[in-house]
Amino acid sequence: MIKGKSLIEVNDFSLEEIDDLLSFAGKIIDSEKNYSGLCKGNLIATLFYEPSTRTKFSFESAILRLGGQVIGFADAMTSSVSKGESLIDTIQTISCYADLIIMRHPKEGAPKLASKNSSVPIINGGDGGHQHPTQTLTDLLTIRQLKGPISNFTIGLCGDLKFGRTTHSLTKILLKYPDINFVFISPEELRIPEYIKEGISNNRYQETFSLESCIDTLDILYMTRIQKERFFSEEEYLRLKDSYILDMNIMKMAKNDMIVMHPLPRVNEIATEVDQDDRAVYFKQAKYGMYVRMALISKILGKGGN
Amino acid sequence: MINVSKLKKGIVIDHIKSGNGYKIFSQLGLDKLEDTVVLLKNIPSNKMGVKDLIKIENDIYLDLTVLGLIDSGVTINIIENGQKKEKIKLELPKKVYGILKCKNPRCISTIEDVGDIEFTLVNPSTKEYQCEYCHEKTKL
Ligand SMILES: [Zn+2]
Repeated sequence: MIKGKSLIEVNDFSLEEIDDLLSFAGKIIDSEKNYSGLCKGNLIATLFYEPSTRTKFSFESAILRLGGQVIGFADAMTSSVSKGESLIDTIQTISCYADLIIMRHPKEGAPKLASKNSSVPIINGGDGGHQHPTQTLTDLLTIRQLKGPISNFTIGLCGDLKFGRTTHSLTKILLKYPDINFVFISPEELRIPEYIKEGISNNRYQETFSLESCIDTLDILYMTRIQKERFFSEEEYLRLKDSYILDMNIMKMAKNDMIVMHPLPRVNEIATEVDQDDRAVYFKQAKYGMYVRMALISKILGKGGN
Repeated sequence: MINVSKLKKGIVIDHIKSGNGYKIFSQLGLDKLEDTVVLLKNIPSNKMGVKDLIKIENDIYLDLTVLGLIDSGVTINIIENGQKKEKIKLELPKKVYGILKCKNPRCISTIEDVGDIEFTLVNPSTKEYQCEYCHEKTKL
């Protein structure tokens, strides 16, 4: 049962709870109108200690589409935080007003600290580069909606696999599902960490530098951007930032039913010409992100049934 | 001069890896004790080459967690009436509170007063513990 639970990292939910959540999201997608008043009368706080318009809009659209109401702030400068109030005090206060708190914070572990000091559940909307569980749920819902059951496919993860936590948490959760093969595509400097690979049996993954060499084997291609803030030197960033650019020439080599995912925002790694291809699903993925948040919010508030 | 070899009542921390003696001495706050405390450094040892050793001439409360974290190889002998009454072998604690600090500058604990952080043992061979907030590994 998800009711009343906080979501700090994906592991907080069992596989059963996740599947339950995804199938509820599927129901919402099929008949959204039936759920438009589900959270009427609920007040939900969105506390964004660092700006992230994308994530904030996704959560707030989800709340409003369920008929709920929102209070909150978009960055720490306009809030009581700028007056020096501690996170613990802010959370203790807001949890008196709201039924649920969604927060994003630049410091790792802030949502965990909040959940220990809150009388209402907390959803982690991202804590620095640490955890972003609703992104992972978004990815799972996208796969489920577009590729059927989460099993028996080959996924290629491409880009910054060293610092990109999205790919780490997606890999970790996919390992719990049957018959999934991984292809890790990255420059030498940005390879997937050993501790992630340790959990995968040898015949289930391969590593390569070349997207062209493996794209024809993929059912899903998950592209990520190479983030500037992860690099110590400007020089290294400039050298690696355009390591991969997916364009129509490369797309020609891919399967007809492969899907291209991306957590967005993109920089250069997917040429805009690819957007017209039916296999490019990253904007659809953003929409699924809103649906999975609708399902999550309702379930935590105990409105999602069983 | 105190007689370091004959202890009537107290605690002997033996087989301390050379160099760890002073760390244990200061972490346990033995400098603040009124009792007689002896720290011996670099004593010849058959097993260890050289070792450190601490004798405390009283029966005090020992924080075994701290000891385990600094040097889990030590042996602790409780002495009563000049006899070994009890010998304690150390194990690394699974969870540690209030001794370790998170060194990750991106961790919430660096800007917020979070109280004692719970650290969980993740690698006994390297004595690495994980911060409950940011999951970053650290050791003493
Ligand atoms: Zn930490």
